[in-house]
Amino acid sequence: MTNDPYSKRPYLIAGSVVLVVMIFIVRLFWLQVIDQSQKQKADNNALLRQVIYPSRGLIYDRHGELLVFNQPIYEVTLIMQEMRHGFDTVAFCQCLGIDSLDFAKRIDAMRDKRRNRGFSTYTPQVFMAQLTKQEVASLRETSYKFPGAGIRKRTLRGYSYPYAAHILGSVGEVSQTDIDRDAYYQSGDYAGRDGLERTYEQRLRGTKGVEVIMRDSRGRIQGSYHDGAEDVEAVTGTDLHLSLDIHLQALAEQMLAGKVGSAVAIEPATGEILALASAPTWNPDILVGKQRSAQYHRLLNDPGKPLINRATQAMYPPGSTFKTLQTVICLEEGGITPQSKYPCSGPGSSPIKCTHHHGSPVDLLEAIEQSCNPYFWCAFRDMLQRDGYGDNNATFRKRYDLWREDVLKFGLGQRFQDTDIGEQASGAIPTQRLFNRTYGEKGWKAITIRSLSIGQGEVLATPLQLANQAATLANRGYYITPHLNTELTNNPALRHETGIARQWFDLTAEGMHRVMTKGTGRWYNIDSLQMCGKTGTAQNPHGKDHAIFIGFAPKDNPKIAVAVVVENAGFGATWAAPMASLMIEQYLTGTVTRKHIYNKMVNTVLTHPSSDNTN
Amino acid sequence: MVNRNSIISGIDWWTIILYLVIALFGWLNIYGASYTFDQTSLFDLSNRAGKQFLWIGIACILGIAVLFIEGRTYEVTAYLIYAFWILVLLATPFLAHNTKGSMSWIDIGPLKFQPAELAKMITALALAKYMGRYDYRVRSWRDLLVPVLLFALPAFIIMVWQRETGSALVFVSFLIMFYRFGMSGYVLTGGLSFALLFICSIRFGGVALPWGAGNVGVLICYLILMAVIVGFMWLQERDGVHALILCGIVILAYGAGLIVNIWHTVNFNLVSLIALLASLLYFSILSIYRRHFSLLLVTAYVAVALLFCEACTMVFDKVLQPHQRTRIEVLLGLKDDPTGAGYNVNQSLIAIGSGQFTGKGFLKGTQTKLRFVPEQDTDFIFCTVGEEWGFIGSAGLLIVYLIFILRLIVIAERQRDNYSRIYAYCVVGIFFFHLTINVGMVLGLLPVIGIPLPLFSYGGSSMISFTLLLAVLLRLDAERLNKLV
Repeated sequence: MTNDPYSKRPYLIAGSVVLVVMIFIVRLFWLQVIDQSQKQKADNNALLRQVIYPSRGLIYDRHGELLVFNQPIYEVTLIMQEMRHGFDTVAFCQCLGIDSLDFAKRIDAMRDKRRNRGFSTYTPQVFMAQLTKQEVASLRETSYKFPGAGIRKRTLRGYSYPYAAHILGSVGEVSQTDIDRDAYYQSGDYAGRDGLERTYEQRLRGTKGVEVIMRDSRGRIQGSYHDGAEDVEAVTGTDLHLSLDIHLQALAEQMLAGKVGSAVAIEPATGEILALASAPTWNPDILVGKQRSAQYHRLLNDPGKPLINRATQAMYPPGSTFKTLQTVICLEEGGITPQSKYPCSGPGSSPIKCTHHHGSPVDLLEAIEQSCNPYFWCAFRDMLQRDGYGDNNATFRKRYDLWREDVLKFGLGQRFQDTDIGEQASGAIPTQRLFNRTYGEKGWKAITIRSLSIGQGEVLATPLQLANQAATLANRGYYITPHLNTELTNNPALRHETGIARQWFDLTAEGMHRVMTKGTGRWYNIDSLQMCGKTGTAQNPHGKDHAIFIGFAPKDNPKIAVAVVVENAGFGATWAAPMASLMIEQYLTGTVTRKHIYNKMVNTVLTHPSSDNTN
Repeated sequence: MVNRNSIISGIDWWTIILYLVIALFGWLNIYGASYTFDQTSLFDLSNRAGKQFLWIGIACILGIAVLFIEGRTYEVTAYLIYAFWILVLLATPFLAHNTKGSMSWIDIGPLKFQPAELAKMITALALAKYMGRYDYRVRSWRDLLVPVLLFALPAFIIMVWQRETGSALVFVSFLIMFYRFGMSGYVLTGGLSFALLFICSIRFGGVALPWGAGNVGVLICYLILMAVIVGFMWLQERDGVHALILCGIVILAYGAGLIVNIWHTVNFNLVSLIALLASLLYFSILSIYRRHFSLLLVTAYVAVALLFCEACTMVFDKVLQPHQRTRIEVLLGLKDDPTGAGYNVNQSLIAIGSGQFTGKGFLKGTQTKLRFVPEQDTDFIFCTVGEEWGFIGSAGLLIVYLIFILRLIVIAERQRDNYSRIYAYCVVGIFFFHLTINVGMVLGLLPVIGIPLPLFSYGGSSMISFTLLLAVLLRLDAERLNKLV
């Protein structure tokens, strides 16, 4: 082969082999080193990240009674990709007790990317949720017939008592907003929607775990990836120990049944809420599971507006219960002394009538005892006018500001910021500005705002604020922000001082004791419990007066402070005082001895039946 | 007679070492690919790695046996064996059972055998015998008739009779040998250009031009052909002036088309045709005028290519089988259906890409383990390498193959007689072709054509065939020193 005319060709051939291999290596470099998308696809392909749902934290009352627990439910999932291979839709529907129309609808909903952003034909998607063990039993037995179908266990909330729905709140599926705001959530997750479930969502929910499992190209599970090295254990939610006394709560709710109103009880020394009832209410069990959305809508559209937590969200004029606070402030700011007496002409009094008949003139304790309107008007007037009106009424207005600041120190007129109660209204204590705007700076005087003296007019408070006011009175000058989680109890930041002298509180307590022994509350007194209280009858534009009562017991070293409001029930002494009295008795003695009062309270219906959602 | 010692000393140990490296690495990867997390032994005969080990063993024994057979034996019996094997190929479909539409596998007891694999070696020997004669020269096309028939016959039988397109295509690899022994480079480039034209007309045939009527596919194809004409005028004829004139004709035609298009929609497919025909006419007249009749071959080529382009779409739609059509469409990016026809390639790319630079480690690949890649231990075995050994491993393997093929070229070049050399180039061509098509397919660069990665993919037939192919070459190579020139 000398003289080979093609002697260059071996190099061309070798060159093309080199070229081809180089092209392949460049391609490999692109695929394996530069382009990272293949790696992602590989993981999606082979690794199934199965979420392990933690069980939610449990909720206990102050005596360790379990209030909220978890109950297992099941959901049916489908992997669309695997359904192709001979999926018997008819039999599947039969197993779940649905018709083919429903089946098609559910599939459509599942595939709708707007409603189900995480939709993928390769991963299990929730087809039907919140089924009971019985409902999935027949599918479970025959699931081998339905490729792609799976059953997944989740938990739902369960409740030991049909009470405290407002406080506890409920758990529901997260909304798209939740998902956008917190990356922790995925479509189909549950989260606390209201009440404590929402306030303490972060601690109750725990932490989701992940089990990374490998599956083959047909989706068959092949075992755990890296022997579970990449798995993350689910962390159970932290339990919540409430200050609530479920038996007291039950009593309050039973008595409020058939009425519109609320009752709040607080342990004054700790600020722990013992009971917080709002009526009408509902059994928390109905907002669980499949029925949740229908029941929620029913509650939402109920004219009785049961979803409002009246104990924290409804604002009422405090009426005569405000006089307790007026006593303390007027004594502190000067204008009256414990010895001050004012005349009362009963219903003939002017500018404010008295609703009670009693002797005249009255002293302070008598005035509290008899809830004498003219006395408190005079006291309020004299306190505000002590230094005269001054130029442009400036002195008077300064005195008003002083009074207002004192009122705010009782926790009125603002939301409790440092509490764990989510849904609150602020109440209202009118500002100087409000009156300046209405009447002009010089246009208003003590007489203009005389209604404030007896807790009417522009003053508004929530029952929680009223109970807190009672607790402040019981504590003789300070309050601990009312709260439900006992872990907050020892937080010194929650203590709020009024800065008002203790002696005025002692005097007021004495007056409130006399209310229960001689005055408007005497029908519902139990001597041994040293009850202190104040009734109120708040006029309001919505109809009959609201019955209001605040109180605490025992007088010395009080253990419980209570506020009760029954809307449009009439005299405070008739409806609110007995309820409060029974609650105090229940809490301090553990029983209710006055069954006749109890029965009357429980069995009387003061509302239109349709708005009654109590159990 | 040949001295046995000189045979052993004449054996090319480089090839043997590279052979063993590839085969044993392949065996490890087959173990990796068929590993299902509960399998323990590399040697367990119930799994594919164990079987492959057995095949490698059998192949080595057969290979060593072949090394002891005198090279002359093949030369003497080449036609006989060839004729016999043609009969075997013809008989195969009667003995075969249908495996995915292919009728190329014969059951021998518990084993399956594919006669088409061995047909490559047998054809190579027959070609070597025919073309290795002292008096054989390629003087005219008639001299190529018999050799072309020699490899076209088994290819035809395998493609049409056994319906095994992949194995049949391998016979194209003999063109490399023909090229080495004097076949015009134009045949190879012409063939490649037809493939290019085909791909362009299919890939861009459906893409409309931004102006006027017509499609991008036709434009590209015609521009390529016009470039061929201008290129010949300029480079072969060394006539820059006429090359510019040809360019002018083309520019004139398109310019006129664009101007008319302002008022009236112009079909640019037609403009391209007119421009091409005009330049071709000018080129041909010039060639005849100058009596450079060889240039008329260019005219013939362009004319045929023109017809080819027109026919492409028709062939694509009417002649190709639906699964072949989809494979080409997917490859050309006309269809993107990761779970359908493109599934194999898609999963293959995912597996390779997920290997990253250093790979996931031996037996740690998820894609191949979990059977996302079909045929992962046969045709798609390269995925396993890519996934578990990463860029380092897969590029390394390619370089081993590169060295191996370059070594084969070195061996081929050092043969002193045409018989051995022709045979050696057949071997080079077969390995090169297999490597290109297989890896190109796995990397998503070429259509899915099911042929194995030589010495690497699982399979007894291919393992034994490639080993024998090499063994015969090594024996011929070892004898080269004993031969007279």
